[in-house]
Amino acid sequence: MSIRSVGPAPAPPRSLRSSVAVLAVTTVNRLSRSLGRGSGTVAGGRAGLLVDPGLLAALARGRRVALVTGTNGKTTTTRLLAAALSGAGAASSPVSNDTGANMPAGHVAALAGAPGAGVAVLEVDEGYLGRVITETAPEVVVLLNLSRDQLDRIAEVRMLVDRWRTALDGLTRPTPTGRGTVVVANADDPMVVYAAATAPEVRWVGAGQVWHDDAVGCPACGGRIEFAPDGPWACDRCDFARPDVVADVEGTALVLRDGTRYPIRIALPGQFNRANAAMAAVAADPILVATGQADPGDGVSTALDRLDGVTEVAGRFSVISRRGRPVRLLLAKNPAGWTAVFDLLDETADPDATIVLSVNARTADGFDTSWLWDVPFERLAGRSVVATGERRLDLAVRLRYAEVDHAVVDGPTAALDHAVARASGGTTTEFLGNYTAFADLRRAL
Amino acid sequence: MTGRGSKLTVAVVYPDLLGTYGDGGNGLIVARRAAWRGIDVDLVPALSDRPLPTADIYTIGGGEDGPQVRAATTLLDEGTLAERVGEGAVVLGVCAGFQLIGRSFPDARDRPQEGVGLLDVTTVKGSGPRAVGELLATPTPDAPRTAGGERLPRLTGFENHGGVTRIGTGAHPLARVERGVGNGGGDGTEGAWSDRVVGTYLHGPVLARNSALADILLGWALAPAGAPPGTAVDLEPLADHEELALRSERLEAVDGATRTGWRGRLAPFRGRG
Repeated sequence: MSIRSVGPAPAPPRSLRSSVAVLAVTTVNRLSRSLGRGSGTVAGGRAGLLVDPGLLAALARGRRVALVTGTNGKTTTTRLLAAALSGAGAASSPVSNDTGANMPAGHVAALAGAPGAGVAVLEVDEGYLGRVITETAPEVVVLLNLSRDQLDRIAEVRMLVDRWRTALDGLTRPTPTGRGTVVVANADDPMVVYAAATAPEVRWVGAGQVWHDDAVGCPACGGRIEFAPDGPWACDRCDFARPDVVADVEGTALVLRDGTRYPIRIALPGQFNRANAAMAAVAADPILVATGQADPGDGVSTALDRLDGVTEVAGRFSVISRRGRPVRLLLAKNPAGWTAVFDLLDETADPDATIVLSVNARTADGFDTSWLWDVPFERLAGRSVVATGERRLDLAVRLRYAEVDHAVVDGPTAALDHAVARASGGTTTEFLGNYTAFADLRRAL
Repeated sequence: MTGRGSKLTVAVVYPDLLGTYGDGGNGLIVARRAAWRGIDVDLVPALSDRPLPTADIYTIGGGEDGPQVRAATTLLDEGTLAERVGEGAVVLGVCAGFQLIGRSFPDARDRPQEGVGLLDVTTVKGSGPRAVGELLATPTPDAPRTAGGERLPRLTGFENHGGVTRIGTGAHPLARVERGVGNGGGDGTEGAWSDRVVGTYLHGPVLARNSALADILLGWALAPAGAPPGTAVDLEPLADHEELALRSERLEAVDGATRTGWRGRLAPFRGRG
């Protein structure tokens, strides 16, 4: 007979300093909320880290931690992974930083607010992966993709790859189960593969990657990476190539190495969300098995069965009503993300739909709007387009050169009103915003 | 159309290596501005695994350190670019593309790499933090002028680089920095140019915010074969109200922010790239 630990591991005694720090987190958060300054998660987390710089490690101790990072899909995959780990057999729901506060202050705030949760699913900013790995000793690290984003803040892709590689190379610390960290990584992104290649245990997933423009130069030798149309890739100079995968996304199915096919049934639209679901399901497996929620070999299918309840992620993909007309809210932050959302529009949008585009350039977006010229706006030709957001003029010039007819409207809600006033019958207007533009609209509604 | 029939060709050089900062837009902008004036034009993305096509205008963008070295080596080995410049082709190099058309530039480990040598500039690694932020510069009196002899208006864009570029005797500064860092060598200059080759640190892309510069490059490329450098063909104006609105919004943002201590407020974000 085997004994499995099902519930959360008992939390080890905390130092006085950490206890005071937790108090700081909860107090500041309560204060911040009562002052009407948002959910206050980051403020509380910062206060806690000031009192105890080791607070994240203290709060993570004794929990099974899964980390999710990458340029695109972090928030959605975190949400899907939390859902996969929240099924009937779970002792308690996992704690997750589901507001998108993905730096240590956000992690601390989430963990301090859920002392009883034995499993933590944390979205991690690409630049903080090393630190968060060191402090949380994760059971699972999910690496989705890497492409250009906020070049003025996060740094170029290859600088990040080197930092990830250093962090993952050092994955030798014991995890709560003692089995070591499992890295779940996208085999279709050479940058991710190079970063993860030195980790002790990697489960490669063929999740797909439509954006190759940051991965042509081989990160291993400076050679050229050749991409075959059906997925395989290899360097033309060294032996760096796509690794063997444990699972492949094939259209709407996840196919395991032994040939078993599972349909990916999710409520979220688009191929990139099926890829996110596949990554979440493979990542859920070790924790589902370790906590007795699935037998070995059944973790992936158990996880996939739990994903269809996720219908929106922090407002993304949700359909709202504006002046009685439906509007779908979509978020895209960088060229790879916008390209994936254009695929989604091709797949699911009404041909007559008006597309409202909203772009800001604040700290969280990146101050440089040059990336707009990497987005294939030409694909919107023939559609009705409205440009808004603080950088609507940059957008307008980009659309002009893409030869896409457009209106420029000051203010996202005015832009939506302009669009829905022209929408026929039940046509769903599509709103695409980058990070703070999306948040601005949600606040305004 | 320097001696090669009636069609104008614009090549975006190695977007697979030097496409990181959105500068591919420069090629699109020049090509569209030609097409909108009824000029027969081809826009060619010139990938690094193929011979560089024969073109009249080459735009070269910013990129990461490793790909920058690979691009420079490839251009030197295959020789088309230098040959075409000798025949009068126009080149616009931005950021990494500016550095690599010079004499030498540093790689990721700060070792000097040989540049293509189209512009008499030399780049070394700066000792300070990366230059990141809005850049505003006034063209020098001898900077390229329009076909009508008018001076270029102020140049606006966004810089993001760690290089310091010094201009040799064979090239001229493009502009003097008003806000930002530019070439960073202490002489207050931004960019460089000689004959029909222009280099700058301005992203944005530079031609989206400075359409007058786009038309100067286009005017040079349309000059009759054998005409001396600087000869530009006069072009009919386009309906640039969206570009002009963007320009004034950006100029006002930088000027206004300066009055309220923009540089101080931005300081914590600088140098983290």
